[in-house]
Order: sequence, then structure tokens, then C-alpha cells
Amino acid sequence: MLELKNITKSYNNKTILNNLNLKVEDDSILSIVGPSGAGKTTLLRCIAGLENIDSGTFLIDGKPFDPTKDKDVQPIVGVVFQDFNLFPHLSVIENVALAPQMVLKQSKKDAIEKAAELLTYFDLIDNKDQYPSELSGGQKQRVAIARALAMQPKILCYDEPTSALDPSLRDVVGNYILKTKNTGVIQIIITHDPAFAEKISDQILKVQPIK
Amino acid sequence: MNYIFEILPSLLSGTVMTLKVFFWTLIISLPLGILVSVGRSSGIKIIQWILSFYIWVMRGTPLLLQLIFVFYGLPNLPFFPIVFERYDAALFAFIINYTAYFAEIFRGGFGSIKKGQFEGAKVLGLNYFQTLRKIIIPQVLKIVLPSIGNEVINLIKDSSLVYVIGLGDVLRAGNIASSRDVTLVPLILVGVIYLLLTLVCTWVLKILEKHYSYYD
Repeated sequence: MLELKNITKSYNNKTILNNLNLKVEDDSILSIVGPSGAGKTTLLRCIAGLENIDSGTFLIDGKPFDPTKDKDVQPIVGVVFQDFNLFPHLSVIENVALAPQMVLKQSKKDAIEKAAELLTYFDLIDNKDQYPSELSGGQKQRVAIARALAMQPKILCYDEPTSALDPSLRDVVGNYILKTKNTGVIQIIITHDPAFAEKISDQILKVQPIK
Repeated sequence: MNYIFEILPSLLSGTVMTLKVFFWTLIISLPLGILVSVGRSSGIKIIQWILSFYIWVMRGTPLLLQLIFVFYGLPNLPFFPIVFERYDAALFAFIINYTAYFAEIFRGGFGSIKKGQFEGAKVLGLNYFQTLRKIIIPQVLKIVLPSIGNEVINLIKDSSLVYVIGLGDVLRAGNIASSRDVTLVPLILVGVIYLLLTLVCTWVLKILEKHYSYYD
């Protein structure tokens, strides 16, 4: 279970998050919806350790953790970025297998084997030797999901997973996110699309800009 | 024809000197250039200032002056005279000069990598050094390769400047033969040797660019 306690964050004297409290159960999906400027992405970046919070605590399974200080160890939080941030010079399977080798110190053979399993799970095994520029948007997104899951995080965050894709792919993405539930990971989805959130989430958090 | 074979050994031994200066400058300046450009983008102000000043001086003054300064000037330093052998002086001057140029090229390369690449690596748990080595530098190398190529070809030709501190490179060998025997032939041969050297460099660079063209 992920818990956020009294999270506060401000930018240039403007409060973005004010004493936010939140609980997410294991293998459930939380969507965070709201208009732009409501602090959705800021919240995600704080959970992912890309921004420092001003005050508050993150707890995973009851134990506090600092997302910004998880270097050289298995990260608790994985992220699927809006434009995926795949590594263009690495093939699909190398994208997935790199961090497990560098950070978790898996052998190359193990990392590649596990990456191949993940790619099979996400219907990408035929693309394993392609480079990101050769993939469609939906394929890139699945590589990004597989790459994050290869680190076996407890939490997987998505920043606007539907916005960079063709509208017809919305349901497809939703199905892959639901499929990912089976891995036991907590999923947090930032979206401005209430209908999409309604369809896939167990829990929805609505945020509004603080006046 | 006989004359050519007569002077060829001295030209070739000059070429060896040219290649030595070229090779060592390249091998040492490239990694130093990466270090300097990383240092310049570090958050530490004093390091940024020192490195910016260094690059400004190196790019703002002629390499010829730097060469003369290192070999003839430094021994006259009050209190701490620094005396270099000719060859060491040449290498030192070339390395500090080319490091500055390479650093500027790499700075441009690092600048064109999107922030998302750093963030993507960070959330996977890679530390800064791993991110540079596995994610950033391989992409930077592809971007900077054409500019590095220009400098590499310049370096072959610039190496002829070592002549001014009395080092026996290929140009000096040709010049000596030309004035001794009153003939153009050695100078033409020197030109041909430079053309061959730059041709090989161009060819190697082309292979490298092809090697990096496996992704867009």
C-alpha cells in the first residue's frame, strides 16, 4: 500500500500541492484527473523523485521512503513518461534490459531473458531488435511500460498515457494497463480524460488548482 | 624518380613525427574535452568560470602563439621556469588547445540531448555516471561526429606548426630538402602526403558515421 501524508509543494511562492493525503491499495489503479495547472504532473514528479517536496511523508507498506534518494538501489517508483523517453540508441530489448544490469546487477543473460518475457507479455517480442524510432506510438508506450516493470517497482506512474496516442488507441492502452494489474504493481495514472479514468481505475482523485 | 626515393626516407620519418603529434593529441584531447564540457555544465560556479576562461584564451589566441609560449616563453617564467623538451612542448600545446575546441563541440552535443533522457535514466535508478556512460555520451558522439571530423582534419594540417619550435615533422623535412636541392619536388611530395593522411581520416570518419547511423 502507498500512502501520502500531508504532502506540500510550492513553486515560486505558489502552492501547487497543499497537505495532500492519499492511500492506494496494492495492485489497484488510481487515476488523478483535473484541468491543467492543477498540479497533476507535479504530484507525479514528486512521487517519482524528480521533484523535492517541501513537507510531508511517503510511505510504502507502512515504511517511509524518500523518492529522490533511491540511487543505485531498486527504485520503488517506475515512470511511463508522456513522450516515453526511450533511449533512441538502444534496441527495444536493450532499453528494457539495461537498467536491471546496471542497477540490479543482473547478468546480461538473465536481464535479456527477463526482458524477453516482458516483451512477450506486451506483444512486442517481434520488435525486440528494432530501434524506438521504428516503432508506432502505442508500441513505444508498451516498451516504456516493460522497461519500467523490468525494475520490479512497487508503483508505476503514467503521465498522460492517452495524450501522445491516436484516439482510437485509447482502449488498447487501457487494456494493457489493466493487464499490468496482474503483476501486482500499484498504478497511478495522470490524465485529463475523465471517461478514460472512469473506465480503468479503482480509485479517482480529482485535483483543482489552488487559488 | 630516383630523386624521390632518395628523399622519401627523410619525408617518411617526418611523417612519423606528424602522426605522433596527431595521434596523441587526439587520444588525450577527446576524453579531456568531454571532461571539460561536463565540468562546465556542473553546478559549481568557480569551476565554470575557470573552464570558460580557459576555453576563451585557447580559442581566442593563435595556436602558433601558444606553441611558442610553451616552448620559448615558459622557461623565462620568473621563479618557476618550466622547461619542456621540444616534442613534449608541442604535445602539451596541442592538447590544451584541442581540448578547448573539443569541449565546445561536446557542450553543443550535450545541450542537444533532451532533459527527458536524464529523467528516464534517473527513474530507472541509474546514477549520474552510468547515465553519462550508457545513455548520454553514446548519443552525443553521434551528434558531434561531423564537427569532430572537421577538427581532426584541421589537426593533421595544424601539426605542421610544430616546425616553429624546431621539431622535425614532414613539412620541415620537405622544406629542408627543397632549399638544399633547389627543387619543388619535395614540397609536392609533402602536399601529397598530407592529402593521403586527410584522405584516410575522411574515410575513417565516414565509417564511424555509418556505424552510428543505425538509429535516427
